Amino acid sequence: MLEIFTVIADWLAYATLGLDPESRLGTAVHFFIEDTTKIFALLAVMIYVIALARASLNLERVRAYLHKRHRVAGYFFGSGFGAITPFCSCSSIPLFLGFTSAGIPLGITMAFLLTSPVINEVAVVMLWGLLGWKFTLAYVVVGMAVGIIGGMVLDALRAHRWLQDFAAKAYEQAQATTADTGDDDAQSTAPQRLTFQQRHVFARDELKEIVGRIWKWVFIGVGLGAGLHGFVPEGWFAANLGAGQWWTVPTAVFAGLPLYSNATGVIPVLESLIGKGLPVGTTLAFCMSTVAASLPEFTLLKQVMQWRLLLTVFVILLVNFTVMGWVFNAIAPWLLTGGA
Amino acid sequence: MKIEVLGTGCKKCVNTAEQISEAAQSIAVDAQVEKVTDPAVMMRYGVMSTPAVVIDGKLVHSGSVPDRETIENWLRN
Repeated sequence: MLEIFTVIADWLAYATLGLDPESRLGTAVHFFIEDTTKIFALLAVMIYVIALARASLNLERVRAYLHKRHRVAGYFFGSGFGAITPFCSCSSIPLFLGFTSAGIPLGITMAFLLTSPVINEVAVVMLWGLLGWKFTLAYVVVGMAVGIIGGMVLDALRAHRWLQDFAAKAYEQAQATTADTGDDDAQSTAPQRLTFQQRHVFARDELKEIVGRIWKWVFIGVGLGAGLHGFVPEGWFAANLGAGQWWTVPTAVFAGLPLYSNATGVIPVLESLIGKGLPVGTTLAFCMSTVAASLPEFTLLKQVMQWRLLLTVFVILLVNFTVMGWVFNAIAPWLLTGGA
Repeated sequence: MKIEVLGTGCKKCVNTAEQISEAAQSIAVDAQVEKVTDPAVMMRYGVMSTPAVVIDGKLVHSGSVPDRETIENWLRN
């Protein structure tokens, strides 16, 4: 199905513009056209369809649902909802407080918050279109695992001690009176019934909003990717950075930290890097580190967390990314075969 | 009336405050628009997604930039 975009790029780059398929410029331009057309087409369809489906999902309902879960299942559901709920980083504070003041365990809230920015329809669409379904699946599993494990570790450390005072108080109060908040939620969050027309309007607005926000990143990301693709020789990474030695993974994690980017900008670059022989686990670690552990977002969380908690979350993330990178380097042969 | 826009300072929150001020001016309603970034306040109103709008101490909206029609309805009441 996705071959159509290769055909379009063949036609535009080689037949219409008359570029030589063997030349550097030719391959770079071809890459750019193929990826931008493919990404925009996939995004338009997927964002719209997903938004239709989740038009009636709201955070109050998610919270009410998480409330009823058993502790262990809670981590999985927390992370799962994080994956499917639309999320903007400026909502992280009120969301965090909304969950915390309802007495939802900190680890479950963090499972939600850690997974949410990593897994979203844009990232999934781009990975699937550019790197194949196996890599996408791996990415989703890793993204959720980072959230789930992170949440469990935080609860094991009893990290709620390190919340800012007002948040810690609200949390303890809610823990003491969990029973009645549950009833309130049930009342205020009766499922909304939406007509198709309402869903359509919601989905159309989502599509406009998201594409309006990320279109430049698609061009920048694909532009960088195209440059790498055309001008960096095959196997350059394998020759210069080593083929998956253990230290390449933590190095990639640290290299990704200061880069604050979203999935849209990073994934086309990854496509090129993997094509040039950068090991998959190393690439994935880099990707997670740029997308999930962004310093601006962390400083936002300072409003509700003490430094100690912030630092703990950060270290957990770095360790998780590194371990995941190693695991994926180990299973790499399976990941990139026959998926694209 | 006193209108508070709750949000952590993102673009949407700024937009919301501007739109409300504009609407108030254009239909000549005396409204005092204020941006609130204190997370403790959001928690008190039980707001989980921003921007949220509070009019005279009552939460009327949360989670998106309200459209013009909605804003004018608030202002007229």
